[in-house]
Amino acid sequence: MPRPVQYNTNSKVKLVDLPEGYAGEGFYATSFDKVVGLARKNSLWPLPFATSCCGIEFMATMGSNYDLARFGSERMGFTPRQCDMLLVAGTISKKLGPILRQVYIQMAEPRWVVAIGACASTGGIFDSYSVLQGIDQVIPVDVYVPGCPPRPEGILDGILKLQELVGNESLRRRSSEQYKALMESYGIQ
Amino acid sequence: MAVNYEHIQHQLTEKFGSDLSFDTTQDGMLTVIMPAELNLKVIQFLYDHLHFHFLTDLTGVHYPEQTGKELAVVYHLHNLQDNVRLRLKLFVPVAQPDVFTLTKIYAGANWMERETYDFFGINFIGHPNLKRILNAEEMDYFPMRKEYTLEDPQRIDKDDEMFGR
Amino acid sequence: MEQNHIQLSEESLAKQTTTLNLGPTHPATHGVFQNIMEIDGERVLRTEPTIGYIHRAFEKIAERRPYYQITPLTDRLNYCSAPINNIGWHLTVEKLVGIQVPKRVDYLRILIMELARIADHLVCNSVIGVDTGALTGFTYMFQYREKIYEIFEGICGSRLTTNIGRFGGFERNFSQDVWDRIHKFLEDFPKAFEEFETLLNRNRIFMDRCIGAGPLSAEMALSYSVTGPNLRAAGVDYDVRVATPYCSYEDFDFKIPVGTTGDVYDRYLVRDREVWESLSIIRQVLDKLKDMDPSVYHADVPEFYLPDKKDVYTKMEALIYHFKIIMGETDILPGEIYHAVEGANGEVGYYLISDGGRSPYRLHFRRPCFIYYQIFPEIIKNGLLSDAIITLSSLNVIAGELDA
Repeated sequence: MPRPVQYNTNSKVKLVDLPEGYAGEGFYATSFDKVVGLARKNSLWPLPFATSCCGIEFMATMGSNYDLARFGSERMGFTPRQCDMLLVAGTISKKLGPILRQVYIQMAEPRWVVAIGACASTGGIFDSYSVLQGIDQVIPVDVYVPGCPPRPEGILDGILKLQELVGNESLRRRSSEQYKALMESYGIQ
Repeated sequence: MAVNYEHIQHQLTEKFGSDLSFDTTQDGMLTVIMPAELNLKVIQFLYDHLHFHFLTDLTGVHYPEQTGKELAVVYHLHNLQDNVRLRLKLFVPVAQPDVFTLTKIYAGANWMERETYDFFGINFIGHPNLKRILNAEEMDYFPMRKEYTLEDPQRIDKDDEMFGR
Repeated sequence: MEQNHIQLSEESLAKQTTTLNLGPTHPATHGVFQNIMEIDGERVLRTEPTIGYIHRAFEKIAERRPYYQITPLTDRLNYCSAPINNIGWHLTVEKLVGIQVPKRVDYLRILIMELARIADHLVCNSVIGVDTGALTGFTYMFQYREKIYEIFEGICGSRLTTNIGRFGGFERNFSQDVWDRIHKFLEDFPKAFEEFETLLNRNRIFMDRCIGAGPLSAEMALSYSVTGPNLRAAGVDYDVRVATPYCSYEDFDFKIPVGTTGDVYDRYLVRDREVWESLSIIRQVLDKLKDMDPSVYHADVPEFYLPDKKDVYTKMEALIYHFKIIMGETDILPGEIYHAVEGANGEVGYYLISDGGRSPYRLHFRRPCFIYYQIFPEIIKNGLLSDAIITLSSLNVIAGELDA
């Protein structure tokens, strides 16, 4: 005798809005890049590249108080081959620059980069001979999150902005002339 | 005999005579200023006879105005049994900054001397692995010397007039 | 274009050993440092550490900045327990200049430093758990770090890199909200920490993994100038708070936990006991603070401590002091001083040479992590690779302090 199931109609779980399209009997027609964008943005797998103090704030963002997993970033992959989003948190020195480039090159397309903190964005308070003044000297960056260190709410805000970018990205972007020119300017094939 | 500053000063003057000079700084610590060649002998004496078995710190300072004695190496030693701290300083000219290494007495001096070499260019004779430790291997100047600027001199995107340099 | 730093050693081809690059960005190394290991199966034969991947030139930057602007730099040395570094710097300059702070300020500083020490030890112990596979402790303990962050935020406005305090005291008196949070922390945290201890302290798997891994003898530790919990786990009871007491630590009664073999389990237990000792010190501080005048939170040194804003707008001397302090024109005596405090990782020393100008002539940080990371190649020789990983996390090497 099956147990009567009660559905939780008062659930606070937010469902994503459907993209615009035509619905009918058993089908829903919409454009491909909207669906792909929707799928991608809600399951971005991050690669934490945490070097210093911003790394500790990033660990706090991953913790249960400011949970990042509720936005789809449940699985922290520590290998570039399996991740979409490179989160650079902390100061990058000139010695570490080539290594960051190598990690970025190892990531598979589509890939996005978030520069967390003032040091990753522009060098921060360390305007010295050994610090790279912003990671955009070596790799292209999509979102910059300012702060020293940024509050976990700030990091979440940055990742949500990235989700907006990802959701609206055209499928042809990675093979477009502009993107190729951008990669050429960094010397990345 | 309790090891305190008078006792240390007395023992050192007895052994090394007028080669050493003494000073006391604001924190009450006795500073011994010694010639560069005697550093191993003085520190070995302090290690064997006065129980200074702990090297707290080893660093360098650059005094560009004192010609002939531009680079200084500063040692901080600590006698853990009697709880006495001591500072030793020696000066070397920038043309030939050679200092004997302390790695045979204190194993911890290894990286501290590498850091001092990296920043000031002081050559530690007898060091097992004198390479740069914090800066990139290819760097060809010693950044903590006073004549070099803090910022990267090759930087083109910063407007010096606006930032007052 | 890619640089290839790794060279195989000549004997390794003959001995059939593998060269493994535990590279600068590796999830097991909590920080950016590289170890090129030569391993034979699972045994580590040799390792060569390379550091400097986060060298930010603190000492050179400090020669450019006025004294009060160096406090944010000291934050970023050991960023897990930033208040200890800040207060250590303030104590150094106060010693140079000769400022006497009131007892209440000393006690408040001790309160903050012990909370920071608890925060750091929580990170280290939960990370040792993570590296042996116990992820739950990490998640639970980070909740309590959030509570400590909220206390710091109530005092100075910032969670992690605090820039807490000023020369002569604190920037504002602790509000009632901060006191409530501190009391609540003292009620809730001991129970949660006991729960964390039941997960790991007498856990069969944890003990089997950690006992005997990475042993460090007392002679080797002293020869390599190791300080802090790593030295105490090796058997030497050297603690700067007891040897050269600063900031009224001599008024408090606390024990120094000491280990025997210096292996990973001893280091874990020493940090564990130190958390309990810090909690006891905090309770003693709260007890002593009851009989003190609650409005005192800084020393009366107008040359270094910013005057009240309403005085700046009405009185001439206050305006002049405010201007001089902000523009960095206050007179610091020329002199040379070395001051050490007990950080969470050992003796944090500040060697300051002042020539009477607005910024230091030379400021050197004696960083405990830099000095004791040298022993890592020695203590993992002929150990297993997995032991090397937990030894690395039990040493609590914080990259900011390693490279400065």
